Amino acid sequence: MIPGGVSQLWRDERLRAVFAACVTLGFAVGVFAVSFGVTSVSAGASVGQTCVMSLLVFTGASQFSAVSVLGAGGSAASAFGGAALLAARNSVYGLAMAPHLKGRLGTRLVAAQLTIDESTAMAAAQDDEAHRVAAFWITGLSVYLFWNIGTLVGALLGSAIDPKVYGLDAALPAAFLAMLWPLLRERRPALSALIGAVVCVTLIPFTPVGVPILCAALGILVGVPTPAGPAVRP
Amino acid sequence: MSWGFVFALGVTAFAFKVLGLVLVGDREMPPVLDRCLVLIPAALIAAIVVKDTFSIGQHLQLDARAVGVGAAAIAAWRKLPLVAVIVIGAATTAAVRAVA
Repeated sequence: MIPGGVSQLWRDERLRAVFAACVTLGFAVGVFAVSFGVTSVSAGASVGQTCVMSLLVFTGASQFSAVSVLGAGGSAASAFGGAALLAARNSVYGLAMAPHLKGRLGTRLVAAQLTIDESTAMAAAQDDEAHRVAAFWITGLSVYLFWNIGTLVGALLGSAIDPKVYGLDAALPAAFLAMLWPLLRERRPALSALIGAVVCVTLIPFTPVGVPILCAALGILVGVPTPAGPAVRP
Repeated sequence: MSWGFVFALGVTAFAFKVLGLVLVGDREMPPVLDRCLVLIPAALIAAIVVKDTFSIGQHLQLDARAVGVGAAAIAAWRKLPLVAVIVIGAATTAAVRAVA
């Protein structure tokens, strides 16, 4: 999966940076997982259910939404609907990641489970295929590990660090911004990002949570016009 | 919460993840679709940045996060490593909250 194996990984400065970023990002995500564990147990789920949910669902926003709705006394149907809406964007990521995730069926099914915001963003920020693939896997696996450890800790201890205290709620958007940055150098992705951001912020007050990000995909229509070709040969 | 709920959500979330990969699979895409799909991360990640920075649930809200993410933007522009951008974003936000 990771070309050249671990020893080459440590000689590759760029991958070392990705690795360090994954651990940092994983830590921030882990703090959210602790607070997910606490929220879930206090919403009436058992420790087992809480941990199995993180292992299977592995989509933070969906999980938070599901247990929050149930904890507030909402119906299972409304909890499910909201969570599913938030999980839908991973399909869109799959469309973008598919060309980079070749391999046997088993490998692809594992890749599917790891197809989330973080892994897609980190892959997109790389500028060659080998690093893209490696960044996807390292990020996916590291977030999976931290997310599940954090969930277990929160479910067992039942008291969370408030992510706000260390500004960790800003760590994730800061990380996504850093991963987005290299994409903004070219005109089309930059325009696409601008449209995505504007559509999202416009829809937030008016649509259910999850919908604004799905609708941000409108930004990809920037790709429709044929790019100006090379100069016509005589 | 029932176990049925946990498994149903697990299956649904996984189905969504598989769906995108399967739809594209190993197929050769028409060039126009290729040009669009490659823009997905830019459009969606930009949306996540603004959502995580400027909103809570369905409410738009301007708070310390905006300052922190602004500082992170400067760090990204100065080509600092990703770890530094993350730490600067979080630390600035925490500092603004402590002062306010």
